[in-house]
Amino acid sequence: MSWFQKILPPKIQRRVEAAKKTVPEGLWSKCPNCEAVLYAADLDNNAHVCPQCGHHNRIGARKRLELLLDEGEQTEIGANVLPVDTLRFKDSRKYSERLSDAAKETGEKDALVVVAGKVLGVPLVAAAFEFRFMGGSMGSVVGERFVRGVDAAIKGKQPFVCISASGGARMQEGLLSLMQMAKTSAALTQLSAHRLPFISVLTDPTMGGVSASFAMLGDVIIAEPGALIGFAGPRVIEQTVREKLPEGFQRAEFLLEHGAIDMIVDRRELRKVIARTVCALMRKPAPRV
Amino acid sequence: MRVRLAGGRRRASDRCLFTLTMKTTYLDFEQPIAELEAKIEELSEVQGEAALDISEEIERLRKKGMALTKEIYAKLTAWQIAQVARHPQRPYTLDYIQRLTSDFQELHGDRAFADDPAIVGGIARFDGEPVVVIGHQKGRDTKEKLLRNFGMPRPEGYRKALRLMRLAEKFKLPVLTFIDTPGAYPGIGAEERGQSEAIARNLYVMAELKTPIVCTVIGEGGSGGALAIGVGDIVMMLQYATYSVISPEGCASILWKSADKASLAAESLGITANRLKSLGLIDRIVEEPLGGAHRDPETMAENLRGALRDALKQLRERPLNGLLNDRYARLMGYGKFKETRAG
Repeated sequence: MSWFQKILPPKIQRRVEAAKKTVPEGLWSKCPNCEAVLYAADLDNNAHVCPQCGHHNRIGARKRLELLLDEGEQTEIGANVLPVDTLRFKDSRKYSERLSDAAKETGEKDALVVVAGKVLGVPLVAAAFEFRFMGGSMGSVVGERFVRGVDAAIKGKQPFVCISASGGARMQEGLLSLMQMAKTSAALTQLSAHRLPFISVLTDPTMGGVSASFAMLGDVIIAEPGALIGFAGPRVIEQTVREKLPEGFQRAEFLLEHGAIDMIVDRRELRKVIARTVCALMRKPAPRV
Repeated sequence: MRVRLAGGRRRASDRCLFTLTMKTTYLDFEQPIAELEAKIEELSEVQGEAALDISEEIERLRKKGMALTKEIYAKLTAWQIAQVARHPQRPYTLDYIQRLTSDFQELHGDRAFADDPAIVGGIARFDGEPVVVIGHQKGRDTKEKLLRNFGMPRPEGYRKALRLMRLAEKFKLPVLTFIDTPGAYPGIGAEERGQSEAIARNLYVMAELKTPIVCTVIGEGGSGGALAIGVGDIVMMLQYATYSVISPEGCASILWKSADKASLAAESLGITANRLKSLGLIDRIVEEPLGGAHRDPETMAENLRGALRDALKQLRERPLNGLLNDRYARLMGYGKFKETRAG
């Protein structure tokens, strides 16, 4: 806060705050890491990576797929699989209400989008999580769409790529969501049986039931710089062990150091790395870069 | 509480094979039963000295106590069932292994880092046939609770379980797992050594393990930490066991912002055997004796023996291919969603 704001009486201060909000939203944005003020269009052109410090901002599922896949023919898989409130779950709000709110906010019907397309000319099936849809939580629809994506990959003899961003299993579906961990992991046994690669990309954040199932089962596991990845959340761990967590704990760099992932890849290089890797694994000619 | 260990010198890992001679611990909602049973005991003690024959009265009270227990247990809430599932005297994995199998040979370690006492496993004989048994193990007294880490495994525990499952596959032995954990341990070291990967790997391997697997939730089925030894051909639950994506307390503190709403969360999450059976997520409920497994561990073990015997018989008759196909189909069937025709 500047000295000028400090001396303002509270009432006027509030007005200044209110006035701030009238700036058209989304025109400018501030990097949460280095606090550089960035022109939103520049950020968008840079895959939402801060041009100043390289911070990888969270992005939605559609944006992910847009950045990953070649332009041109793309087929969405499992878009017709939709959530139901089997348990009639209600906490402070009904699950059905949370679903419709999330749908309104994100334009998605659930937290996973699966698309068949190409990366640098290499055909594959790619799945991406929409974190803003109930924290990217995995319920029955996420599990089913994942499996259909894997099935489509098997059918087309193509690799399967999943870009995770999730808080874990969706509580509102009770044990049904826990079982999605078993279901998605089991589907990968079939992909393996057909000798098709599974590339798992972990982005900020990948936790709980998603991290403890398919996300950690990649033939190759890639993480984005700085992504939070782990089984238990840092707060839960802190409460359990009652000590301060080490610097950088559960970050991508920490996982790399501990041997949990293969590599950390800049978002802008992801297409190249994925295409190169799957082509080599499938003994195909190297992709045109 | 008086606890007598069966046999003098035992290794730490065998320590929970004890005979329960302690007094029953009553849960909050069991207080009416506790009062009645205290009265019965009082009367039984004075009977010897009394001039009057009060045995009839004692018998009457005993019947009343049973009726009361039956009544209370007939309408337990999900939260009360969670209390029974966590009862400090509830039989644990090693108690069942001791009662149900012979020649148990415990096997230790993940061959890479450590031996995790929160998961026990080994080779044993069930009905004379060799099997591999694996289960979460909670501790009975404070010292053992700490040793067992309250039944919360670290990655080493899951990797030991994985090693034993591979052993079972290699030698064509069926696997029996016993699930009883609050969850996988949320610790710094556990994260450093890949808790997520350890759980994920087990889910993957159990889905295609070429030998029959029977899983039984005997107490608490706590989330991913439970599922990591819970993928199988037949999944059973004891009547008052629970199985949940998150603990009712954890769910309440996240969604209701208050751990006091645990009972509400327990109801909403649908964690009981009945509810999960109706959702098609488990195959069989194993009946518990009146007042829960801890009131009569022997009867409980016999009920479980019957259920395991049925399950193994059913699975042994199946050719391996069919068994694996069915297991896969069953895993793919998990989930409830709707499907529109377009798309």
